[in-house]
Amino acid sequence: MTVHTFIDGDPETGPAVTPIKARRDNSQLAVAGQWSLIWHKFARNKLALASGIVIIVMALIGLFAEFLAPALPETSKPQFTNAPPQQLRLFTSNADGSSSFQPHVTGYTMEVDPASLRRSYVPDESVVVPVGLFVKGPAYKLWGLIPADRHLIGPLKSTDTMYLLGTDRLGRDLLSRLIHGTRISMSIGLIGVCISLCLGVTLGSLAGFYGGAVDALIARVIEVISSMPTIPLWLGLAAAIPLTWSPLTVYFVITLIVSLFGWTGLAREVRGRFFALRGEDFVTAAKLDGSNERRVIFRHILPSLTSHILAVVTLALPTMIVAETALSFLGIGLKAPIVSWGVLLQEAQNVRTIANAPWQLIWPAGAVVITVLAYNFLGDGMRDAADPYES
Amino acid sequence: MPLTPMKVDLMLNPASDGLGNGAAHDDIVLDVQDLSLDFRLRTEVLHAARNVSFKLRRGKTLCLVGESGSGKSVTARALMHIIDGNGSIASGRILLDDPKGAIDIATLDERSRDLLAIRGGRIGLIFQEPMSSLSPVHTIGSQIVEALRLHRKMSKAEARAETIELLRQVEIPNPDKMIDRYTFEFSGGMRQRAMIAMALAANPEILIADEPTTALDVTTQAEILDLIKRLQVSRGMAMLLITHDMGVVAEVADDVAVMHYGRIVEFGSVDDIFHDPKHAYTRRLLNSTVKLEQNRRSSSRQERPAAEVLLSARNLSKVYGASTAWFGGNNFAIKAVDDVSFDLHAGENLGIVGESGSGKTTLGRMLLRIVEPSSGTVTFNGQERPVEVTGLSKSQLRAFHRQVRLVFQDPFASLNPRMTVRDIVGDPLVVSGGMNGKAIDQRVCELLELVGLDPATRERYPHAFSGGQRQRIGIARALALDPKIIIADEATAALDVSIRSQVLDLLLDIQKRLGLSFIFISHDISVVRYFCDRVGVMHRGKLVEIGPTEEICTAPKEAYTQSLISAVPNPDPRNKRMLHRTRFTG
Repeated sequence: MTVHTFIDGDPETGPAVTPIKARRDNSQLAVAGQWSLIWHKFARNKLALASGIVIIVMALIGLFAEFLAPALPETSKPQFTNAPPQQLRLFTSNADGSSSFQPHVTGYTMEVDPASLRRSYVPDESVVVPVGLFVKGPAYKLWGLIPADRHLIGPLKSTDTMYLLGTDRLGRDLLSRLIHGTRISMSIGLIGVCISLCLGVTLGSLAGFYGGAVDALIARVIEVISSMPTIPLWLGLAAAIPLTWSPLTVYFVITLIVSLFGWTGLAREVRGRFFALRGEDFVTAAKLDGSNERRVIFRHILPSLTSHILAVVTLALPTMIVAETALSFLGIGLKAPIVSWGVLLQEAQNVRTIANAPWQLIWPAGAVVITVLAYNFLGDGMRDAADPYES
Repeated sequence: MPLTPMKVDLMLNPASDGLGNGAAHDDIVLDVQDLSLDFRLRTEVLHAARNVSFKLRRGKTLCLVGESGSGKSVTARALMHIIDGNGSIASGRILLDDPKGAIDIATLDERSRDLLAIRGGRIGLIFQEPMSSLSPVHTIGSQIVEALRLHRKMSKAEARAETIELLRQVEIPNPDKMIDRYTFEFSGGMRQRAMIAMALAANPEILIADEPTTALDVTTQAEILDLIKRLQVSRGMAMLLITHDMGVVAEVADDVAVMHYGRIVEFGSVDDIFHDPKHAYTRRLLNSTVKLEQNRRSSSRQERPAAEVLLSARNLSKVYGASTAWFGGNNFAIKAVDDVSFDLHAGENLGIVGESGSGKTTLGRMLLRIVEPSSGTVTFNGQERPVEVTGLSKSQLRAFHRQVRLVFQDPFASLNPRMTVRDIVGDPLVVSGGMNGKAIDQRVCELLELVGLDPATRERYPHAFSGGQRQRIGIARALALDPKIIIADEATAALDVSIRSQVLDLLLDIQKRLGLSFIFISHDISVVRYFCDRVGVMHRGKLVEIGPTEEICTAPKEAYTQSLISAVPNPDPRNKRMLHRTRFTG
């Protein structure tokens, strides 16, 4: 016979826990809306957080390109073609042997091989080019509006040159070109995605909410478009751009071409989410509460979607950037004088450059890789955090 | 249970308890001593089980009973050393009786050969959800054959013969044919039988059944429990049955351990627990279970003259599948609801019970026209003149939806997680218009008070509330527009038993104050019995019987109703109902 045993005392009111970290104030969590919950979840993903910071830095570089670039992107110095990167040093040694604080780069001496006519640069310790912050440099117009001539970093004397990342085959400063390229490459993704977003969300939500014939039509259009091989199509469309168009027009047309094929994924995602949410009890409840269709969509369904849409958009951005880079690399995208990472890569696409001036390939390629990776990590993090209510 | 005074159990007295080497302890197969389980969460360590001690004996059933979050499932899984990545055994021993001396499962390595031999080999496990625990891409037979070949080193032919024998033992008809069928070809009950056959494949000494019947209908539950009990007795296995249902406990347990927040708060024979509960929590659990065995309405209700008919359904049918699509359509149709007629009187609670797939939810949704009826009419007499609901336009339907409201089953899915409670409860008021922000706020406060929530919490989001509280919010939303009828679709099914009775009492209380009528759809007969004046029983789309609750629950006329009522476990171990229940074949 089993002995009847029991614990004395009243029933407990909650599970037994030992806190590891200080608990977040529960009353604060109780009134936290979806965005603060999403932020809490997102902030736990350190990689995504770091990627977000990288993206913000990239965006700022693009925004203040003229100020950050030490030189103008199109200024060429024929005497410094394919010059290697210079190292930034902080201390100079004076004549009396002591050293003093003076940021500087050392100059080059150039030698031309008489047989092959190949130029080679040797750093010359004796030539000191003093460098400073917020120096007066070549004049520019910030955002094409505000005239200015201050640069974040540059040689103190405006006749001196400083090539922290080396130069290209025309003797243009690679760092300045890369910074200006950041503006174009980052913005082309952003503008492209905005167009995709409008198309994708509108068509996706129409398909998802109404279903039936509307859905069948939109879904078939999406399928037809996504079944087309993109690169040949881009090639064809880009090749059709008249050569007489200004670089700025070409830029916008390229964005349009890239985004015309980018919206399908977004539309599919939105459509799927709508399908899922349409059957949710809280949507049925909203209908029974008397809400009309517009109210159901805008008050109940779309707020549940925005975080997902943001995540999908973030994941769509890098494909836009890669598409632009690919088009420019093939020589049918953006053209000089507009500078983008793809344009820079295109200029580096020959064996001589890779052998003699690898920096011309490494830096633009590195910028593309870092940006695309950062967008992907950020997008993954956002997607994981997008639904703070799933268990 | 046989009383054997010779065998004095020294349960919970480890000082005088050896490792099962005394003659009196021979029948103990598994001895759990002071088991504690910790789970490392992000900000805290959760002590899911604290100093849990119990023993499993051959031929006996121990029921581990508790509400959700009590730690009963993690404890059972820990016995096989199945612990999630963030969990660990903090202390305690799990001693498995062995001829070579007791094995402590708690210290075995996760990947050791010994542990693999014990899992499935000496301890069999039956899960709650047979659909997800059986592989959908292998035949039932091949999954059992695999277990046999692993644990009993049989040849293919032997294993197949043995599998057929096992399937026969778990009473699957035509076992030699069913062995080659896939999981999706089995019904829920059949799947659970196959799962049992798999758990029994290696002839385990211990069977752990984790809520084996929770996902099943009540009649299927009775059959499966019956089967498990018979197999356990005939094989002399020790069984650990995990359940939240006190009725199931009373029907099958020998001993009972009541778990609450990780501790076993009370342990004793089933008779002691049910007839002499000592701990306050056990008493609370029993009260809320036993309470549902009576009809609260019958005691409080005076004989009223037959009130006017408020809502009447006539010949309602819903047919799925008989489409007339472009490409010929198919002739195969399912009648989800088949020719159902009933009346709802003012101030009355009408229950609709039925097993899953009986069409009760479709019926409820047709009354509101969320699902369009294929044929039949619904008439609503709430306003000055009768309204034909089936003929209403979209905007007229909105007015009807103000009078007849729905309370959903799932308190988590039915509240928009992105809106505050004030917005959720106030949404119908905003939509119907005519009230300014301040008036709406005031009304929301009133409603929250009415359903027993603190109005100060209205700025919170649903995630800050428990399941029972969320259901109250859902009820407040339903009440916002002063409805005449509330259709509650399994409104208490997702709640723990103690919360369930609270919510039912709340609904009855509100009914008394506001003069509502309820249509209460449920699979749970005890809930309907507690709550309703009249009950309609649905079976395969048809309303087989309708009548006063007491009559249906005590003296049903139809054969199906009889089998349904007799399959409900009775929470009284002295009066087991299931073993002599009426079976229905039709």
